[in-house]
Amino acid sequence: MIGWRSTWSIYTRELMRFLRTAFQSVLAPVLTTSLYFIVFGAAIGGRMPDLGGVDYGAFIIPGLLMLTLLGETTSNSSFGIYMPRFTGTIYELLSAPVGVAETLIGFVGAAMTKSLILAAIILLTARLFVDYTIAHPLLAVLYIMLVAAAFSLFGFILGIWADNFEKLGIIPMLFLTPLTFLGGTFYSIDMLPAPWDTIALANPIVYLVSGLRWTFYGSSDVNIWISFGITLAFLAACVGVIAYIFKTGWRLRA
Amino acid sequence: MSETILELDGLTKVYPGGLKALDNVDLKIRKGEIFALLGPNGAGKTTLIGAVCGLVRPSSGTITAFGHDLATDWRKARARIGLVPQELSTDMFEPVHRGVSYSRGLFGLAPDPKRIEEILRSLSLWDKRDERIMALSGGMKRRVLIAKALAHEPDLLFLDEPTAGVDVELRKGMWSIVDEMRARGVTIILTTHYIEEAELMADRVGIINGGKLLMVDEKEAMMARLGRTEAHIALANPISELPVSIARFPVEIEEGGTSLCYRGGDGTGRGKEEVAEITKALLASGIDYTGIDVRESSLEDIFVSLLGEEQAA
Repeated sequence: MIGWRSTWSIYTRELMRFLRTAFQSVLAPVLTTSLYFIVFGAAIGGRMPDLGGVDYGAFIIPGLLMLTLLGETTSNSSFGIYMPRFTGTIYELLSAPVGVAETLIGFVGAAMTKSLILAAIILLTARLFVDYTIAHPLLAVLYIMLVAAAFSLFGFILGIWADNFEKLGIIPMLFLTPLTFLGGTFYSIDMLPAPWDTIALANPIVYLVSGLRWTFYGSSDVNIWISFGITLAFLAACVGVIAYIFKTGWRLRA
Repeated sequence: MSETILELDGLTKVYPGGLKALDNVDLKIRKGEIFALLGPNGAGKTTLIGAVCGLVRPSSGTITAFGHDLATDWRKARARIGLVPQELSTDMFEPVHRGVSYSRGLFGLAPDPKRIEEILRSLSLWDKRDERIMALSGGMKRRVLIAKALAHEPDLLFLDEPTAGVDVELRKGMWSIVDEMRARGVTIILTTHYIEEAELMADRVGIINGGKLLMVDEKEAMMARLGRTEAHIALANPISELPVSIARFPVEIEEGGTSLCYRGGDGTGRGKEEVAEITKALLASGIDYTGIDVRESSLEDIFVSLLGEEQAA
């Protein structure tokens, strides 16, 4: 049994939190994406050959989208649950007739919504710099939602695990961003010399960037179904961890 | 006897590290009563509240609220329980009205602007409804927490130190709020350091220390059982022996025979009657006095004496 009113309350409140900082939330990705396009798209991209028949400026769009998506989704979701723990307001959530389903749909749903809004903003910003057409738009939206869901769940786990602000920031900063940069955001894995092209496949972000690139241009470094499979497996693993957290009350209930 | 709406049976909580915050606590709360849980810092009051409200996982024992076992059927039970925490924990950036409406929705109830208005008005928060919570004074913030806890119209409300750190005037305001809630039929369990508060408001009192519930009784019964009257009678002239007529009373000669001290009674007024009898007997025996100081022991005296006995044991 899911309490939909409770879920809706959590969801809308989280979105309100996002709207309170809407200016910063919208402007930051627009500015960052623009800078990437100016530096990599216009300045360097002009000297780069087409990759797989795709103009370099267009080639980096899925990677840039993934870069922002992973960072923003993880931090939105982790802050969403960490702040109530930090300020003590979590008492209200814990004392309410609200279970894992309501909490997840509310918090993670809001984080996903924010991510989708950001994705749309980034794609619109990209349009100002390069021409591109999305080969499989429905699959692209589905894939973006899937990745947003998985990393919202991951962020939720992070927000429960972290017991200080440093821990909250360390995973996105030290792992997600470097792995995304090394995950084929700005290049094709094929361009790497051996053995780095094989080693790169150990980076899970490669599959995410590659999967999104396939939905955009119909070609990628890795088979699209492997990308979907890995994303789904990661999502399932996060759901499992969260179910365990709620069952045991780890870091939530004394 | 009134219906039991909350029952704790053998409730025990041992925190990681070995601290036993609750030790086999049995307690029944009756519908419509105000129950005051008294105890020093670290006695286990907040842990007890946390265990009922879902913030603390009990190590053993059972909690039954409104006939639902909280371990299995927690949704139905929690929907009827409200909590006002000790700390002023609330989203400081949120306007008052939105924060209170959120609480109602979180507990699964449909929006009801009229009900929210009623709650805000009853707590003198209506004029502040659009203000951010961070802009309010400490006392007002506490009222917001109460409004949030009342938003889902709970039948059982926990007030954890509701008047801690608030000034006397606000404390009295809080007491009248509790009175209003009682009038609406809400059952209230409050913890407090101010024993005067328990004495004034509670129907029943529980004394907790070291995680153990030492005593639970009707306030009047507890005071009748453990209460004492203490009277000091200043004599016009010193005496060396008590007159026979008052020998049956618990009276002692003090201050070199210039004062008599009576310690007795039972908290029901019998002490005062005995003091009156003693004064009459003194006059009949030709012993004059210049002043009488009579004092009834308070709940605080009982509390301090009980804790003292516990520590001595």
